[in-house]
Amino acid sequence: MAKLDEETMAKLKHMAYRARWHTVDTARDHLKMHFGAVFSITEILTTLYFTWMRYDPKNPDWEERDRFVLSKGHAAPALYAVLAEAGFFDVSELRTFRSLHSILQGHPCRVKTPGVEVSSGSLGTGIGAGVGMAIAGKLDHASWRVYVLLSDAECNEGSTWEAIQVASNHHLGNLVVLLDRNQMSAGGPMTSRNDIEPLADKWRAFNWAVQEADGHDIRSILDGLEWSETIIDRPAVIICHTRKGYGLPIIETRNEHNFMLNTEQYHQALRELAEIEKEVTVHVA
Amino acid sequence: MSREPQDVSYAFGEALIELGKKNPRVIVVESDLADSCRSHLFRTQFPERSVEVGVAEATAIEVGAGLAFSGKIPYVNTFAVFAAARTFDQIRQTVAYGQANVKICGAGGGLTLGYAGASHHSIEDMALMRALPNMTVVAPSDAVETRQMVHAIAEIDGPVYMRLSRAKKPPIYDGGYRVEIGKAVVLREGSDVTLFAISDMVFEALEAAETLATKGISAEVINVHTLKPLDIEGIVRSARKTGAVVTIEDHSIIGGLGGAIAECLGEHAPTPMRRIGLRDTFCESDSTMVLREAYGMAPSHVVEAAEEVMRVRGAVRGAVRGA
Repeated sequence: MAKLDEETMAKLKHMAYRARWHTVDTARDHLKMHFGAVFSITEILTTLYFTWMRYDPKNPDWEERDRFVLSKGHAAPALYAVLAEAGFFDVSELRTFRSLHSILQGHPCRVKTPGVEVSSGSLGTGIGAGVGMAIAGKLDHASWRVYVLLSDAECNEGSTWEAIQVASNHHLGNLVVLLDRNQMSAGGPMTSRNDIEPLADKWRAFNWAVQEADGHDIRSILDGLEWSETIIDRPAVIICHTRKGYGLPIIETRNEHNFMLNTEQYHQALRELAEIEKEVTVHVA
Repeated sequence: MSREPQDVSYAFGEALIELGKKNPRVIVVESDLADSCRSHLFRTQFPERSVEVGVAEATAIEVGAGLAFSGKIPYVNTFAVFAAARTFDQIRQTVAYGQANVKICGAGGGLTLGYAGASHHSIEDMALMRALPNMTVVAPSDAVETRQMVHAIAEIDGPVYMRLSRAKKPPIYDGGYRVEIGKAVVLREGSDVTLFAISDMVFEALEAAETLATKGISAEVINVHTLKPLDIEGIVRSARKTGAVVTIEDHSIIGGLGGAIAECLGEHAPTPMRRIGLRDTFCESDSTMVLREAYGMAPSHVVEAAEEVMRVRGAVRGAVRGA
């Protein structure tokens, strides 16, 4: 199990809470949001951004930075919340999400948002760009690494498997995919549409190193990330088992893909967030 | 200079090597067609900067984008029909919207892979690429211009689609020519009709102009090597001068050069025009020249179209005078 001091763990849990709070605060009771997809990756993103990746929020183009690609672009609000908390832009920007002239588009846009590396939103495209970045890093013998957050439903896209195959044939030991395995696509359970099991075997068959993790357990995610550093001759995937909408019962029980909270549900979400806030302790030095 | 026919695809391959020597950031991305695209020449010289992804064109585009985001200047190669159509989503999402500095090189454009049949004819690539914001679209005519264009597009910090011909034609330009992206080139001045042509169809336009001259018709020939951004000023100037326009392209008449010039003149200088190209149909297998003849894209068809559009112009002017 990854060693993590109490202070860092508390900070990460607090950041996960903050990310969910920002998402609810951005949507309030008048914006549709992919709440489920956002909440299933919250712990993965907070772990990457607040204890793992190297970056400089004041110099987003810093050459030595690790690269992060949100291939499942519809979960953009999770990325925006984390980027804001990390200092890439002011948190006050979050409430401009999806409005005219905002730097925060409905799906990630690299030319508008500091910290966004790849414009994504069409599923199955971001991972390919991540592969290209990793090839560039390898060509330059760079020490930075590429992290791609892929959804399980993106494994229904043929282009995803093209990119996966190219990555292993290029022996990209600097590429790590974190796969959000929440078992749902937009229309419902993946088992009832175009199932992707046996998922781990498929990645293994494509010559990737495979590890599984609990995508809401920060230590488990960190275990996966630490393991990924030991893989140097091929790309690594961490299949993160998650729950769509995890964190707030009012969201998780909706069991929907893209929806709006009514005023009562919004207030309920705030009450549930307040309960979480009581649990997350922050020791800021 | 030699009037021997030259295959522009080799000019492309050789220019990539020259560019590679000049600029270490240049990377060539292949999707299993390096030999056919002539980019294998680059691989021989710079094996470490040649990235092969196999028969995975969509990923070739994405890999190009990822390389571009990491400071490289990738030239992604495949046949034009796959470069633009099979990969359209990747180009739209990651390259055009993402303003990735990727050079997409479509080999064997138009009917220049004639024998392969409609599956391999790129008759809508320029229309697709032209519709994308942030995309520059170029289609050089001869070997000299192709060589120039390979270097010129490296200077643009943004996405470019370069359509390449496979036709073997005598050179149009001499070595002193310098291409300027966005600036159409008047190859022959004339006063009766303007022939706007793109890619190797510039040859057909020049040949037609010769024939028209024997009939006492003075045709202006303009090489529109940049489809986007279109040289609106140059196009309007010539259209106003001659009052009769023919567009000539190895592409569908929908959305390519004919479409672009019709849009331009419709807004700025409505002018009688005719479009030479495929008329909303898939083509079939045979040599490029046989197909162009059969599908109304040969110099003789340009001559007919020029005469026809001049008659229309005469009728329009007569009607205006009569009123």
